[in-house]
Amino acid sequence: MDLNFSAADVAFREEVRAFIRDSYPAWLHEKIDEGEEMAKEDFLAWHKILHQKGWIAPAWPVEYGGTGWTATQRYIWSEETARADCVRLMPFGLSMVGPVIYTFGTPEQKAKFLPRILSGEDWWCQGYSEPGSGSDLASLRTRAERFTGEDGKEYYRVNGQKTWTTMAQHADWGFFLVRTDPTAKMQEGISFLLIDMKTPGITVRPIITLGGEHEVNEVWLEDVIVPVENRVFHENKGWTCAKFLLAHERTGIAGVAASKRNVERIKQVARQTQDGADSLLANPFFKRKVAELEVDLAALEYTELRTLAGESAGKGPGPESSLLKIKGTEIQQRLTELALEAAGTYGAPYFRSMGEGDNSFAVGPDSARRVAPVYFNMRKTSIYGGSNEIQRNIIAKMVLGL
Amino acid sequence: MDFNYTEEQTMLRDSLSRYLANTYDFDSRQKVVREGKGWNPAVWTAFAEELGILCAPFSEAHGGLGGGAVENMVVMEELGRAIVLEPYLSTVVIGGGALKAVGGAIADELIPGIIAGNVRIAFAAYEPQGRFHLNDVSTTLKAGQLNGHKAVVEHASNATHLLVTARTGGAQRDTSGIALLLIPADAAGITRRDYLTVHGTSASEVYFENVAVGDAHVLAADALPLVERIVDEATVALCAEACGVLKVLHAQTLDYAKQRKQFGKAIGDFQVIQHRLVDMFMEVEQAVSMTMMATLKLDSDERAAAVSMAKAKVGKAAKFVGQNAVQIHGGIGITQELAVGHYFKRATLIENQFGSVDFHLSRYENLTLAA
Repeated sequence: MDLNFSAADVAFREEVRAFIRDSYPAWLHEKIDEGEEMAKEDFLAWHKILHQKGWIAPAWPVEYGGTGWTATQRYIWSEETARADCVRLMPFGLSMVGPVIYTFGTPEQKAKFLPRILSGEDWWCQGYSEPGSGSDLASLRTRAERFTGEDGKEYYRVNGQKTWTTMAQHADWGFFLVRTDPTAKMQEGISFLLIDMKTPGITVRPIITLGGEHEVNEVWLEDVIVPVENRVFHENKGWTCAKFLLAHERTGIAGVAASKRNVERIKQVARQTQDGADSLLANPFFKRKVAELEVDLAALEYTELRTLAGESAGKGPGPESSLLKIKGTEIQQRLTELALEAAGTYGAPYFRSMGEGDNSFAVGPDSARRVAPVYFNMRKTSIYGGSNEIQRNIIAKMVLGL
Repeated sequence: MDFNYTEEQTMLRDSLSRYLANTYDFDSRQKVVREGKGWNPAVWTAFAEELGILCAPFSEAHGGLGGGAVENMVVMEELGRAIVLEPYLSTVVIGGGALKAVGGAIADELIPGIIAGNVRIAFAAYEPQGRFHLNDVSTTLKAGQLNGHKAVVEHASNATHLLVTARTGGAQRDTSGIALLLIPADAAGITRRDYLTVHGTSASEVYFENVAVGDAHVLAADALPLVERIVDEATVALCAEACGVLKVLHAQTLDYAKQRKQFGKAIGDFQVIQHRLVDMFMEVEQAVSMTMMATLKLDSDERAAAVSMAKAKVGKAAKFVGQNAVQIHGGIGITQELAVGHYFKRATLIENQFGSVDFHLSRYENLTLAA
């Protein structure tokens, strides 16, 4: 057991810092600081720089384009990118469907899709939840019927509705869970399909969330024709891929590095916020809450490091990742609560002027901008990726054997 | 001891409740929010003329019902149930409360205007640096001229008058040397930046530059104790609004838990959801109790401590009930489509309005727990 970084790790940290300092686009920082809406190209700018450098997918096996970094180096990487406020990379290709494809895909699927995930050429979205299938995902009803086309090839005809599809408005491809055998038991009749979002019959409709954002969508599929070679893994065995992906998603979802950065940000804001004769950070109530957050975040961090060490020793992420998801999202939410509280009276204004043609409107300190919408938005974290109630069920059943 | 409403109070509640149920449905409210003015003047006129609720807490001599804090509680809870945007709190509870407290010619002049719906008052007390501290006042009144900046003044854009705190002497956070002024909202030297709040009302940054203030505009000199009392009355009224908001959040969530099916049964059949709904219910009930307690202690020596106890409890309830209403609804709870998300927003803003949970716990400690 050793918590210290080796000399090589320290050198690696310096290399990473220098790279970010020299390569991260300054205009992207400004855009985020201004709270401007991010366009697809904005999200992809940093992705493309990392792809060029060969650092876009540190978690992937080297043979598919990974960096070959140790778990410690990956930890350093996520720390440093969060510390430098680098824009978040879209997880749908890199952390979700990518690992499914290199784990379960055919050689043809790997050759076709993996390079385009790495390059950012394809933007992916996730077709899992349905209006009637949220926590009970396996009850999904989107139907895929297999048929032989006039060209003699095999196809699926897909009909149904997906919902909460994040960033589907930008997506080139989607990975979908569909029911291929309606007679089988719930989990056993599901297949995992890769669908070109330009296929006729797909309609994407926005869902506007409480903060006013367009982040999620409904996706309607009407007689969408999908070649059978776009199915990953065996027919009716898609649940295996789904579970594998969810466990992967859950570890990434902990967001330790970003939360550490946000704790620093809140401390800075509290230091600059006046509360009576002193600063808000001198308020014993507020200070105690920051301290509790730091303690809980450290507990999460070292639990994640133990899990990662287990993974690099060959254990895949298992049901333990539910712990990381629950604790990670609770901390993320508490951070937004504290930010809103720190803003005080200035948490109430919405980022919109009543005056005409005034788009650069801001009131109160910059740090208070958008804290309320972000607080509302982050309520999603204890709901998505399997609600935190479901995660507790998973731990109860899979870890504790209850 | 009696926690029942009088016949008149019950009638007030029922007529307002009926009016809001018939005319202030969620879709109509959202239409007003989208129009971006932060209120609907026609509703205000109806409050004054059709329903006559604006007279509830005023004396019969001023044309009122002879009511007081309990009437405000009755009205505010119903307004909370429909997440009403219009400025009852700032005009009737705060503005009316100040006028009732100072009495005299200005009260005789303006209270009938409030009752008629023509006088609307916005409360400009908090300052950008002041957080929740009413004594933290850097706006100055010197030689008849008002200068300064007030933060997040709700409903200033539709007010006829501003109720302003200003320093006439002493240092920035001294408790003495603060005057309470009532000035016309369109006086020369007042500028505003108007915006919407996340809840859909309007608010403004209000700037005073050499605004001429005569003696007639000064409601009270050395007015901090009066301001604190007015804000305590407003805080309790806000707690009553919260009770309305939280009752609806709980009812809608209970309803949803009975209807929404997952794993072959209603999610309300799962014990984890049942216990959560029970915890929410207990929070709501205690919020109601504390609101009544504080309302009934507004005229006692325990006023400040009682109000801070109530607001601390209600603030916690607002967070717990709001967050769990969204959680049990799942994704749909975070969308603009369902009312529940909008009640959650209102509950969230109430948490910090007139002071956070921490602020009121500290105030309670300072008042009662001397070491």
